[in-house]
Order: sequence, then structure tokens, then C-alpha cells
Amino acid sequence: MAGPMVRAEAVHKRYGLLEVLKGITLEVAPREVMCLLGPSGSGKSTFLRCINHLERINSGRLYVDGTLVGYEERGGRLHELPEREVCRRRTEIGMVFQRFNLFPHMTALENAVAAPVLVKKEPRAVVTERARKLLDRVGLSGKIDAYPNQLSGGQQQRVAIARALAMEPKLMLFDEPTSALDPELVGEVLDVMRQLAEEGMTMIVVTHEIGFAREVGDTLVFMDEGVVVEAGAPREVIANPREERTKAFLSKVL
Amino acid sequence: MTINEREGHHPEEIRAVPLRHPGRWVATAVVLVLVAMLVHDMVTNPRFGWGIVGQYFLSSPILHGVGVTLELTVAAMALGIALGVALAIMRLSPNPILSGASWLYIWFFRGTPVFVQILFWYAISALQPTVGLGVPFGPEFVHALSNNLVTSFIAALLGLGLNEGAYYAEIVRAGILSVDHGQVEAAQSLGMRRAQLMRKIVLPQAMRVIVPPTGNETISMLKNTSLAVAAVVGELLYQTQNIIARTYETVPLYIMASLWYLALTTVLTIGQYYVERHYARGTSYALALTPFQRVRRNLSTLRRIPFATTSAEGR
Ligand SMILES: Nc1ncnc2c1ncn2[C@@H]1O[C@H](COP(=O)(O)OP(=O)(O)O)[C@@H](O)[C@H]1O
Ligand SMILES: [Mg+2]
Repeated sequence: MAGPMVRAEAVHKRYGLLEVLKGITLEVAPREVMCLLGPSGSGKSTFLRCINHLERINSGRLYVDGTLVGYEERGGRLHELPEREVCRRRTEIGMVFQRFNLFPHMTALENAVAAPVLVKKEPRAVVTERARKLLDRVGLSGKIDAYPNQLSGGQQQRVAIARALAMEPKLMLFDEPTSALDPELVGEVLDVMRQLAEEGMTMIVVTHEIGFAREVGDTLVFMDEGVVVEAGAPREVIANPREERTKAFLSKVL
Repeated sequence: MTINEREGHHPEEIRAVPLRHPGRWVATAVVLVLVAMLVHDMVTNPRFGWGIVGQYFLSSPILHGVGVTLELTVAAMALGIALGVALAIMRLSPNPILSGASWLYIWFFRGTPVFVQILFWYAISALQPTVGLGVPFGPEFVHALSNNLVTSFIAALLGLGLNEGAYYAEIVRAGILSVDHGQVEAAQSLGMRRAQLMRKIVLPQAMRVIVPPTGNETISMLKNTSLAVAAVVGELLYQTQNIIARTYETVPLYIMASLWYLALTTVLTIGQYYVERHYARGTSYALALTPFQRVRRNLSTLRRIPFATTSAEGR
């Protein structure tokens, strides 16, 4: 039996005096799609950033695929990992940002090829072949040589997904991937994510797209002010929220 | 009535009576008179000695001096750029010792005149004619006796290059800071290490901000190499002064040197344009005009101001 892909145990995160995560405990199984909902400022982005150690947590434990994130436990103490090891573990986790963050000086293909060649030292020809297939899969085979500023928001976000997939990650983190898009472009990005979910990718998706959460999500977690308020099967939570805060939030986004 | 029909009422191009600008006419007249006086003086006044300018312009000591000027410019810029990039990255490092050291360096070298720095290194090279390489405070492994010529060139190189590093560090730092932090996060999330993401993601984007001032710095450097005269380096000004010492033709020879500096900086200005074009990839910014386009555009606006009625042909 494989263990959970992500396990958070009482994760706390502070910025100075501001406590942003106040004890997050949850598990994400392999092949599971977890949708994370919550008002702005509730700590959703911070939690995602802790998972690939872009932020370090102040207390609690965070595991990805059974391995402690950012530290090594030896002799009952936590030891910081060297940069090399932190980076190696990040290669196994893909991340997609609200504002795409494509590299503007590289074409779509170069965006997808750069990291596997540079970081994983894979042969360029092999990576290029894989990147072409991925761009084709997200419906951009005709835009391979376009620079990001020549692409629409929806196209840019699909390149960003292909770029993350080119690293062959075992976990994908999406931080409001459609929030910066014009309404008519949201669908094309959600379709790519839906397809990825069907292929069995483990995903944590921060989103305000309730429809996506209901149809694609296996679990829905509602966060507010740094704590998990409610979690369960998406249909259940959306139809019959138990907590007042969940009800109030859902009534605003539905 | 359709819109098309209405359009048909005034199909001809507007030819309005242009507004008169009497002030511009007066200003233009004053400038033209001054320019005419200057040109007249330059042509007729024998002290300009145009014959002498022409006689020495391509003489072998001057050509040699131009060569040394170029060598010194390239070497000092290379040193300055390498140092500047390193100092900028140090300055932005989370390590307080590294960023503090960088701050101190910049503070010191920006706060003292280049001319004094050149004189200082020249004095050192004269005092200590050997150069050693080894463990700090420990034994020296390599020990070289430097001859006089090399030390004066190196004194000038150190003076100009170390000073340039301090200024260039600030240019690079501004460039790095101009790159959106989301770029760093995206690169980190792909597993890139700090050095890798600096080289492949941040610096190439910072170049757009770094290149234009680099052109300025190179042009400045080319002219500042003339300060190396104080360290007895045989560059353009040194050779010019040598000839002056023999011939006493001060004015023509300084004019000749100035013409050389002007020619070299013009070439650099053109080069800068092409480098900027290269780093504009993937941006929506309009490309900078070529120097030729700029000259043409300036000429056409010049022509347009006093003769406003012919503005249509001005372009
Ligand atoms: N680098 C930071 N420094 C200080 N405060 C931060 C930083 N990043 C986020 N915060 C604060 O943490 C809180 C949670 O932010 P975030 O995780 O982005 O929320 P969400 O993604 O749910 O909108 C906010 O109050 C935000 O201001
Ligand atoms: Mg957020």
C-alpha cells in the first residue's frame, strides 16, 4: 500500500508576528485531486509554497511521498537540507501560478525545455521531443515558437502547465490558475487540468471555480484564517456545508 | 442618408494656413549667425592648423596610441563588468557578510576620484615592482618581476577597472531588481539553483535594463582612459602630448585627439544599438532608432520648423 503523496501535520507558518497557517493537518492520496477553497488571505498560497519549500514552516511536519520537506531528521533533530537536495526535491513537484510566470525571453518550447536540460541534465533532443508532445497535448502545437507576449492568457497558462509537466513531476500544485484569465479563456485551461486529473496526476488546486471542484475534485478543503474549517467530498460540502464560514463563503462565490 | 454619403462631403486633404512662429525665426537667425561665425573662424584662423591635424591624424605614434586606448578601454570594461556582476550578486545575497563587503567596496570606490585611484596604483607599482601570488599572509608561490611598462598599464587598468566595478555593480543590481520576483519563484519551483536561475532567467531579462547604461559607461571609459596619462601609459593623449612637446602645436593636436575620441565614441554608439536590439527579444517595447534614423529624423524636424508650409515633404 502506498502512503499519502502529501501529509501535513499541524503545519504552522508565521511572517514576523503574523501567523498565517495555524495548524494545517491534511492528507492527499496518490492520484487524488484536492481542491482548496477559501477567502483571500486565508493562507492557501502560503500552504502550497510550503509544500515545495519556497517557504519554510515554523512548526509541524510536512511530508511529500513519505519524505520530510526541507529537512532531514537525524538523531532526533531536524537538519536543514543543502540547496542541491532542496532543488532536487522541487523537481518532483510542478507548480502553476496565477500570473503564469513564463520566461518572457524564451519561446513556448524553450520555456518547457529549459529546466529539464539545465536541472535534470537530460539530453536536449529527448526533452525537446517530450516538450513538443506536451505542447501538442495542451493544444498549442502551432505556437511552439511564439514568445509569451504573443500568446493570450489562456495559451500562456497552458504553456506554463506544459513547462511544469516537462519535468515529469509526481505532484502538481495549482495556485488559482484561472483567476487572471478573461472569462472566455477559463474553460480551455480547466479542460487541460481535467484531462491531467483523468490521467491520474496527483493535484492540489487552489481555485474559485466551484464547478471544477465539484466535477473533478476528489476532496474539497475549505480554509479560513490559516485553519482547515471543513473538508470532505466536494458535492457534500458544496450542497450541505456544515460550518457557518463555509456557508457564507460559498454563498458569495456560487 | 448613409454614413458613406456623408463622408463624400469633404474628401480633399486639409490644407490649412499654417500658424506663424516669429520667435522661432529670430532664434534660427541667431543660431545661424553664430554657426557661420564659428565656421568662418575655424577655416580662416591659422591657429586651428588644419594642415597639422591632417598631418598627424594617421601618424604611427597616434595610431599606436589609439590602439592602446582601445586595449585599455576593453580591458578596464571587462574587469569592471566582471567585478560589477559579482558585486551586484553579492549585494543581493542573503549572507550579511557578502552583502556588507559589497556595500563597503562600492562605498569606497565610488567615494574617491578615479584620477586619484590611478595615481595611487601607479605609486604602488613604482614602489613595489614585484607581484606575488600566494597564501594571504603566508608564503608566496609565484613571484614575478614586472617591468616598468607593464606596471603602468596595469596601474591604469586597476584604477579604471576597480572604479568601474563599483558603478557597474549598481547598474547590474538595478537590472536584477527590475525582474519580476515571479520569475525567480517559477525558476525555483522547477528546481533551479540560485546560480542557475541567475544565469538563465534573471540576468538575460536584466540585460534590457543593463545594456543602455553599459553603452554610456563604455563611452565614458573610452574618454577616461586619457587619465592614464598620469600613469605614463602610451595611449592617445600621451602620444598627442609627446608630439606637442616636440612641435608646440598645442591647439591643432588637441583638436586631432578630440576628433579621434569623437570617431571612436560614434562607433560605440552604433554598436550599442545593435546590442540593445538583441536583448529586446520577447518584449513589446519599440526598438530604439538607429543612429542614422535619429539623424535623419532630427534633420527632418529641423527642416520643418522654419519652413512649416513644406511639412508634408519633411519626412
Ligand atoms: N512574504 C510575505 N510576507 C509577509 N506576509 C505575507 C507574505 N506572503 C503572504 N503574506 C500574508 O499571509 C497571508 C496569507 O497570504 P496567502 O497565502 O497569499 O493567502 P491566499 O493565497 O489564501 O489569498 C496574507 O495576510 C498575506 O498578507
Ligand atoms: Mg493566493
